[in-house]
Amino acid sequence: MRSFIRAYPTEARLFAVLVAICLFLSLASDSFFTLGNFASLLNNNSVNVIWAVGLLVVLIAGGIDISFAVAASVVQYLCVYAFEAIGGGGWVIGFLVAGGIGITIGFINAALIHRFRIISIVVTIATYNAMFGLLMFITSGRYLYNLPEWWTNRVTIFETQTAQGTWVELALPVAVMAGAMAATWFLIRHTTTGRQLFAFGDNPEGARRAGINIALMQFVAFGWMGLMAGIGGLMQAHIVQEVVPNALIGRELDVLAAVVLGGARLGGGRGSVLGCFLGVLLVAVTQNGLNLLGVSPFAFKMVVGVIILSAISMSNLKLAGLVKVMRGGR
Amino acid sequence: MGAMIQKDDGFDAAKSEPAIRFGHVSKVFGGVRALDDVSFEVGRGEVHCLAGENGSGKSTLIKIITGVYRPEPGAEMEYFGKAETSVTPNSARGRGIAVIWQDLALFPEMTVAENIAFDTLLGIRPRLVSHKGMRDTARAALAKLGVDLDLEARLNTLPIAQRQVVAIARALVSDARLIFMDEPTASLTQAETDHLLAVVRTLSAAGVAVVFVSHRLAEVLEISSRVTVLRDGRLVGVYQTQGMTQSRLTELMTGKTFDTVVGARDTAANRKVLEIENLTRRGEYEDVSLVVRAGEILGLTGLIGAGRTELCHTLFGMTRPDRGTIRLNGKVLTMNSNRDAVAAGIAYVSEDRLALGLVQPQSIADNLVIPVLDRISGADGLISRRKKGDLVRKWLVDLAIKTGRPEDAVATLSGGNQQRVALAKWLATEPKVLILDSPTVGVDVGARAGIYKIVRALADQGLAILLISDEVSEVHFNADRILHMAGGRMIGEYDPRRTTLHELEEAVYA
Amino acid sequence: MRALYARLDKELGTGVIGLVGFLLLVLVVFSLATPQFLTVANFGSMAFQLPELGLLTLAMLMPIISGGFNLAIIYTANISGLTLAWILNQNGGVDAGMPVFLFGSAAAIAVGALSGCVMGLVIAYVGAHPILVSLAMMIFLRGLGEFLTRGGDISGFPDFLHGIGHGFILGIPVPLVIFLAAALVWHVLLNRTRHGFSVFMIGSNIRAAHYSGIHTKRTLTLIYTLSGAMCAIAGILMLTRFNSVRVGHGEALLLVTVLACFLGGIDPFGGFGRVVPVVLALVILQVLSSGLNLLGANQHLSTAVWGLFLIAVMILRWLAATYRSSNRKRE
Repeated sequence: MRSFIRAYPTEARLFAVLVAICLFLSLASDSFFTLGNFASLLNNNSVNVIWAVGLLVVLIAGGIDISFAVAASVVQYLCVYAFEAIGGGGWVIGFLVAGGIGITIGFINAALIHRFRIISIVVTIATYNAMFGLLMFITSGRYLYNLPEWWTNRVTIFETQTAQGTWVELALPVAVMAGAMAATWFLIRHTTTGRQLFAFGDNPEGARRAGINIALMQFVAFGWMGLMAGIGGLMQAHIVQEVVPNALIGRELDVLAAVVLGGARLGGGRGSVLGCFLGVLLVAVTQNGLNLLGVSPFAFKMVVGVIILSAISMSNLKLAGLVKVMRGGR
Repeated sequence: MGAMIQKDDGFDAAKSEPAIRFGHVSKVFGGVRALDDVSFEVGRGEVHCLAGENGSGKSTLIKIITGVYRPEPGAEMEYFGKAETSVTPNSARGRGIAVIWQDLALFPEMTVAENIAFDTLLGIRPRLVSHKGMRDTARAALAKLGVDLDLEARLNTLPIAQRQVVAIARALVSDARLIFMDEPTASLTQAETDHLLAVVRTLSAAGVAVVFVSHRLAEVLEISSRVTVLRDGRLVGVYQTQGMTQSRLTELMTGKTFDTVVGARDTAANRKVLEIENLTRRGEYEDVSLVVRAGEILGLTGLIGAGRTELCHTLFGMTRPDRGTIRLNGKVLTMNSNRDAVAAGIAYVSEDRLALGLVQPQSIADNLVIPVLDRISGADGLISRRKKGDLVRKWLVDLAIKTGRPEDAVATLSGGNQQRVALAKWLATEPKVLILDSPTVGVDVGARAGIYKIVRALADQGLAILLISDEVSEVHFNADRILHMAGGRMIGEYDPRRTTLHELEEAVYA
Repeated sequence: MRALYARLDKELGTGVIGLVGFLLLVLVVFSLATPQFLTVANFGSMAFQLPELGLLTLAMLMPIISGGFNLAIIYTANISGLTLAWILNQNGGVDAGMPVFLFGSAAAIAVGALSGCVMGLVIAYVGAHPILVSLAMMIFLRGLGEFLTRGGDISGFPDFLHGIGHGFILGIPVPLVIFLAAALVWHVLLNRTRHGFSVFMIGSNIRAAHYSGIHTKRTLTLIYTLSGAMCAIAGILMLTRFNSVRVGHGEALLLVTVLACFLGGIDPFGGFGRVVPVVLALVILQVLSSGLNLLGANQHLSTAVWGLFLIAVMILRWLAATYRSSNRKRE
């Protein structure tokens, strides 16, 4: 436990805050600490987590990606047309197509960054505008409802009946989220490529001198982000059963806030899957709790902003020093 | 500890088989001969020094040996008895050549174990990482060095000296048999340097050759057996270190003889400018009292970690003392920030020119005027281009700063000229006290004399100067009076005219 | 000729000449493509459209030069507009007079400056990353605005506001006058004042700037305060242009302002950048957008072209840099 706190101080602190909020909400509201509420929290936030772990890999490698939410929308539209062209498809083809298109978009970003030595924030802001503009122009802002049935039919992966008789279920996106988290965790913790990503984000010049292939790092990071953007887009359309060109705009900044809240460092070299999950959850639980407490929905976001702001302020004050004092006193 | 360092007297280059042997190495960059027919040889297990000023061709030579550059045709290259015609960074590493760069090239956010066993992570094809395997590899490498470190600690929680050990361990993991160390002692305290030298001796005994590449040879000279000196891309010679002195080496490196005359004068009668009494800041320095007089250069020496820089920070208003008083011209000073210090007439030339002393990417002109913005502002509150231009021209001339254009970035200047810019910037504030923290770090030996001359001239104009340095010779030849600081306290005062350099060095380094 | 080029480059900021070339090229292409392009009406409409994005870009500019970011600009503008709208509505609504408007505008600027100031204080004194702080502020202000307006529009303002949003002074559209005045103030502020000088130094190396006696914390706070005030001016202008305030209005412009800054040669790492090339970049973006509009495309296609244009410019700059350094090696 102590070694966990030392290795992942931000995550540990975030976890403590989350537990405190949960405790408070459990006491303040009857409906918070229920299986049904937790299930809906997971169902509703799975897409954000999928994107968050994708963005995490880019942040670890020292980059940033603003374009992934738009990329997800592009994937959704291209998928609709692709499935139409092949006459239906199914989940396997769906994941392959969505993931493939996502990776392609990620590779375009990586190629621009690497080939022309443009920093990632400039490239992704450019591709954000280019993709969003083209998408809106070509689709004329049209919504698509006639998605294939396999895509929109709800898939339950786990269900149980509570003592009160209501059904609690976890849907497919939660399983995909778990898969994305596990895969990302495996990549960044247990493969040489993943550790190279950390090294590259931490000290690019040192990584280059050690003989790490820089181009590979950019393509892996942005390719992974693209993959997650595509899969997240597929899941989003599955949940809302429609495709709307500008529905995902703005989500990129919310996800970015959650990931950085979870301990990933802007500038590279630090971050964890657990942190991403906790970061997304902190925001979600806060909103959920405010909702249950009967606070006006319009006030949620305001409070979320305050929470993020105070979390940042807290984590930048020297809490490490506090830990040292505590350890010294033992 | 320093006295215990033993010379590797038994080493005889002629008898030993060479680890590397290079002959007739030349390198031309765009018409300029960076290296001209240089030969270089290091024996197996030898501790060797490679000395030369900036631009002498040291780093070009290292880059050729490590396969980064290709030499001009005609060069002879031999690694551990095998002649080679072309070398790449990878093949050089495969032959057992490793470089520990001054900036270390480590990964601060990663663990000690990962840093040491980093080379096992390399390769394009993804593989599984064995965290346990890495720890074992790291532990074995550290054991070879006789060092124990927490393998799971993040590197950025370690002091610089331990990071250097990590870098050496990393070189060992890749089976290095010849390790270049670029300025290894620059940021180490004496105890840390001793430890490093002990590690080097362990390596040498195990048959690993070590080449020190350094400006500051006092420490490493002691355990090296030979020194190769380069100047202007040419080989000056290869010398046994036995009987070699720092000043002789300086002459070889620069090709000039310097008067090493003690410049001290009697300033005891001068007016007191800066007076410090019982200044204390817990954990940094304690009960420090000193006086600097008008026209006096007070030398303050001691090893790194003695509390010198911490004391400077307080005198410059950046930290607050727990106890004690600071008086300037008889008036007690309380400062809340370094802006108060500047306003009161205290200037501080930082030891870290790259990160703190100058804003490297910005222009020479802008760097010169940073602390005097109010002086170059007109009545309308705007910065006057005329006043700024006049000021910049004046200081470029006064301190003979050699520059193409004032709007060029400071980073384009040589170390010596950068230091002149840093001096000029503070002199422009018309200070009463000038604190110089290690003013010749990273300045070529040849360019140092110029800096000392400026400092002496400033003192002659009546400025009170506090000259801080861990190079004892620097304060000995340039200060009027010398204070010795250790463990955060003042432990001795010396008059350079009544003390020999040798005595002073004994006192400080012992 | 070469000396003149170097001098212009130095006076106006690097890349100005390239941008002017681009502008001329775009102007010629559109003039040939459509007869409606070279008309007074078209230039008039461009002059009315540009200032909104322009003011917001100025608000983004100063934080970026200091090595930071302000992602809260749009909602700061919205909240400031809301302040003015509220004061107008509380004091007669449609019948409110000029003094009420002036007072409301002052209050709006104060609110914008205040929200910027809070961000600046957190960035300066807590040391948190500007992207994160401004992101949190953005989420907060968006929530606050939606809470106050319940997601709706606020309208019912006096008629004379129309004269500000759509009127002329000496034949120049009022919004353009406001924008040019603001750009001039920014230019002088950055290039001639102590604050501006400090902004550049902080952008390059904040610790070295601090060691050199610059009050870095105060400068940072002031940067975000001024940025917030500039957002407020944009918010007031938006109110007069649309005769209503809605939280979320102009949301799509957030990343366009960053795009304009990069296009105008602002160093993404901070420390370098000028106002003049950014204004030129804004004009180019506006010309592209208006020209495409006349050719029958909508705003979305313009957005796409803007993004592609930024990529093209960055690639050209890279080519120029590579060409220059290979030239230098040969010399």
